[in-house]
Parts: sequence; C-alpha cells; structure tokens
Amino acid sequence: MAMVPSIEAPPDQTQRRNRSLLGLLAPGVLWLLVFFVLPLLIVIVYSFATNGPTGKVIWSFNLDSYRLLLTKDLYYNAYIRSFVMGVETTLICALIGYPLALHMVMAPPARRTVLLFLILIPFWTNFLVRTYAWMLLLSNNGIINSVLVAVGIGKQMLFPSEGAVLVGLVYGSLPFMVLPLYASLSRFDFTLMEAGSDLGASIVQRFLRIMLPLTAPGLVAGSVLVFIPTVGQFVVSDLLGGAKVDMLGNLLQRLFTRSNPPNWPLGSALALVFMALLTIVVVLYFRSTTEEDR
Amino acid sequence: MTKASAVVLDRVTKRFGNVTAVDSISVDIRDGEFFSMLGASGCGKTTTLRMIAGFEYTTEGVISLGGVHVERIPAHLRNVNTVFQSYALFPHMTVNENIAFGLQMQKVNKSDITKRVAEALAMVQLTGYGERRPKQLSGGQQQRVALARALVNRPKVLLLDEPLGALDLKLRKEMQIELKRLQQEVGITFIYVTHDQEEALTMSDRIAVMHAGKMLQIGSPTEIYERPANRYVADFIGEANFLDGHVSANDGIYTIVTLASGVTLSGIAQHPMHAGAAVTIAIRPEKLRLSVQPTDQLLCLPATVERVLYIGSDTRLTVSLDNGAHLDVWEQNNRSTLDRDAYWQKGERGYVWWTPDNALIMAE
Repeated sequence: MAMVPSIEAPPDQTQRRNRSLLGLLAPGVLWLLVFFVLPLLIVIVYSFATNGPTGKVIWSFNLDSYRLLLTKDLYYNAYIRSFVMGVETTLICALIGYPLALHMVMAPPARRTVLLFLILIPFWTNFLVRTYAWMLLLSNNGIINSVLVAVGIGKQMLFPSEGAVLVGLVYGSLPFMVLPLYASLSRFDFTLMEAGSDLGASIVQRFLRIMLPLTAPGLVAGSVLVFIPTVGQFVVSDLLGGAKVDMLGNLLQRLFTRSNPPNWPLGSALALVFMALLTIVVVLYFRSTTEEDR
Repeated sequence: MTKASAVVLDRVTKRFGNVTAVDSISVDIRDGEFFSMLGASGCGKTTTLRMIAGFEYTTEGVISLGGVHVERIPAHLRNVNTVFQSYALFPHMTVNENIAFGLQMQKVNKSDITKRVAEALAMVQLTGYGERRPKQLSGGQQQRVALARALVNRPKVLLLDEPLGALDLKLRKEMQIELKRLQQEVGITFIYVTHDQEEALTMSDRIAVMHAGKMLQIGSPTEIYERPANRYVADFIGEANFLDGHVSANDGIYTIVTLASGVTLSGIAQHPMHAGAAVTIAIRPEKLRLSVQPTDQLLCLPATVERVLYIGSDTRLTVSLDNGAHLDVWEQNNRSTLDRDAYWQKGERGYVWWTPDNALIMAE
C-alpha cells in the first residue's frame, strides 16, 4: 500500500516559519486591538456605570442596568422579536437562495456571469435608498397595491407592518446567503449525484444525503452572514415597521441618541448581553452543523 | 449454446443538438460476459455507457436489460451499477457508509447491510478500512471501494467507465487481473469502457471497437487483432503496415492484389471481392520477416533497411521497398547470436517476406 510521504520541515525551519506566520497576524491584531477590543472595554465599563437623572453618566459602578434588562418586558420582547425575525429572515433567504445558487451553478457560463452581476448590482445603491424604495412599493397607493386592486384582491395594508420589515430584511440579506452557497455549490462534484441515482437514491434522497451535507459549509456561512446583521438591524425595522416594530437595534439607537434622557449604561448592557447571546447561538449553530465532519 | 442476453441495444442513437454522439448502435451483450467498448475519446463509448446506466436518455432506439425495456426508466430505478472514472465516492461518508448507501436505498435491513458491507470489503481486500474516509485512501484503494460500492448491490450488469484511467501503470496492470478475477468470481456482466487497447485485449470476452458513434467491429480479442474488419480497426488496435492496390484476381482461397507499382501480392479477404475493387492490404509488423537471402515464399520483396531500433526483446526495423513504400518489421530476438539474420545495419539490403495468411485484404 503506497503511503503519501508527509512533508515535514526540520524543527529550526518550522520555528522560523511559525515566527514569520505570526508576523502576518500583526496588522490584523493591531487593528482589532484599537478598533474592537478597546471600544468593547469602554462599553463594558459603561454598562456597570450609573445613569444620572439628566442622562449624564455617573462613575459609580453597580449591576442596575443588568437588573433593569431582566425585569422589563420591553427588552425581553425586543430580544425575542430580533431573534425570531433573524431566524425567519435566514430561513426565507435559504429557501430562496439555495435554488437560486443551484440554478446559477448549473447555468451555462455566460448566463452565470449575468446572474452573479445581477445579484451584486443592488450593492451599488445605498441601502437606505433601497429601503425607501420598498416603502414606495409597499405603500397604500404603491405599485403592489395597484396590482392587487387590478386583479380584484383589493387594497391591502402592507406597510408599515412586521411583514414589510421581513420583506426588507430578506431583500437586503439575500446576496449574503446566495454568494457563499454559490461558492459551495460550484465546488460540488455533480458526478456524486449521478453516483447517488446509480445506487438507487431518488432526487429527494440525493439532495438530503449528498448535496445538502456537502454544501452545508456554504449554508452555515450564509446563515451566519444573514442572521447576525439581521438581528442588529434598526433601519429596516424603523422605516418599514413604522417605528412600531422594535428590534434590538431600535432600542439601542433610542437609548443612546433619542430618549430623553439618554441611558448609555443601559444601552451598553443591552448591547453586551445581546453580543453574548448571539455568540452562544452562533457557536451552538456551528457545532450542530459541522458535527458530521469531526 | 448461446447464453441469455443481459443487455440488448437496438438501433440506439443519441444526439446532442446537431451532434450525433451515438449512431444507431445494435449489440447483444450476453449474460456473464466481459464486454468492452474501445475507442478514442469522442467515439461515443461513454455516452453509450451512460445511456445503459440511465444518466442519458436515448434519442432513438431501444435498450433492454434482462428483456425489459428501460430506455425511459430513470437511473435510480435500473438494476445496474456504475464504477465512475473519478470513483465519485461520497467524501462525507466513511468507506462503510459509502458501500452501505445502495443497500440503504433498497431498504435492506440493518444486520444484512452490516454483513454484506463486510463481505464486499473482504472481496476487494480492504477489510479493516471501513471506518476511513475516501480521502484517507490511495487511488487504488478508492478504486476498490468504488467497485465494492457497486458490486454490493448485486446488479445484473456492472458498468465501468475507464475505471483504471487514474492509476499508475503498475497498479493498473494489477487491477486488470484483479477485475477479471472478480468478474469471474461474481459472474456479473461487465460492460467496460476504455481507450486503452491493451486493457481491452487483456480482460475482455468481446470487444466493440468504436469510432464516430458506431461500432466498427464486435469480436473476441483474437478476432479484433487477427482479423480486423477495416483499416480503422487494424490501425487502432496494435500496429499495421498498409499497402494500397486493386484486386486483380481471386483464386478461391487467396485474393491477388496488384499495387500501383505493379507488384502482385496475395492475401486473405474476409468477404469475396470482385476484380478491380480498390483495397488495402494490412500486415502486422511482427508478421513480417527480413532475411539476407530471398526465400521461396510466395511473397518476398527486396528492401533496404532504413532504421534499426533495438529494444531488447525485439528489434524494430523500418525498411523501404524499391517503390519507396516503407514497412515496419518487428523481429523477435529469439535466434542464435551467431545467426547473421539477427543483426541488421542501416543501409543493408535484404528480403521482406510473409505468409499470405497474414496479409489481410480489406475494402478501401
């Protein structure tokens, strides 16, 4: 039985290589220290501070903000809503994005390029502007309602609503689902599907047992890329939800800028708990989806 | 007595747009036969195999497996299995899971699956490798897993698409013998696609030589090599010298051909040919002899040695006839080292001769 010889550098060379590999990390580490770790520390410090009556932060440290988070329904509901909206958006993006990515991969090269281009085009227009466009589309006298009237369904109250927020979220996130899926699927060896059918697997069995597990990395990456920004959204929920659909981002924005008085310690605590929960959710998700490969 | 048919193709045609990949092929592949489709790339051999597997549907014609028409039945409902050129093992499954896949699809019960998977692994001599991933195996081992994964389903027919193409020469030779042994052991009909003539000759009961979507000749390895049906087959399988001429007479056994130079030769035609027909005489280089003195053979032409290639077991000579035609002559180095005929130098004169039984006359 032929063994593939392993390529191992002698020890001193390995050490030198490790050192130069660390060098590659330096710019990234420096950037993250200054622009991520430091601000995060500031937020942590703020979250334990006390909010004065006029919104001025008093440097006396306690757990009041965290206590408030646990006791008020407002915050609890915002967490739940953000999470549910995030899951819904991710699911819908996956259900639309997977067939789309599959179609692109199987399309002839010329059409594939056009489709990729079409998916990237929206990025050239500001997201805020595109969200305003959705307001117009969904408004009482918008195009969609005109069509609904014309086909006899009648005018619907489409906007502002939670549904409108979901439409806006899916719209904005879809490319982040499609692109990793496209990358995963274009590496997928379609001969494996033929092998599956050769061994008696129906199209559904082939998809579930062969294609889905092998493209799971793309689906996981896409889901994380969609889920995390979605739960922190505030523009879409603000504009398309008519300020009635409070997601975490909206609360945060209000606590820091609008509310009278502002409450930076509470905002910081809200953000930190959110971050911790998100980390737990994403780690659990990664664990559950990559288990098979370990 | 002829055996029952395993696969019958009846005027099977496949067109992709304007391109005809397979052009009205009819063949009857017998039960338990090792049948090879041999040809250069683009000859339609793989498309034919894919139509039998069910990955492609026929444009025209009928395919029957064990007497049942299957040309419109999807691959997963056909009782055939394929060994793919790239093996197409499922990378996210272990060797055991790969082999068990087909049985799971057939809803075989768990204890039977475990037993049959173990048997299949033993059959391809990979016992103990069941928990590995395909990536952890060498090419030859992956090849054997692919074989086990197909054979464990006990298909009526096993289709093999250039399965040894990715292996190095030594391993390929071992696998050729191994495959032939397996085929005889399990008694399953093998349909084997290859562009490697030696592979086809070594393993097959019958070979179909394919070109431009057609089967030019179907026959045993000996028939294909010794009695090629036409110039393409003679040229594709092994090496051959070709001399063009016209039929001048038939004497019952031999056909007499006159070359453009006026030289008259005799040979064997597989079909009766009328005088005046344009023909080609094909002679294998190992059937030609070169000697210092003219022989009393019927066919003996003066020639000059142009090139000498000594390769150990053989000496490969190129000689030119007086009319300018070149012939390749392979002399086996089996004579006494004192024999003058065993050593040729460039520029020497000699006589090329052969027996007319080895000169094959075929229509142009």
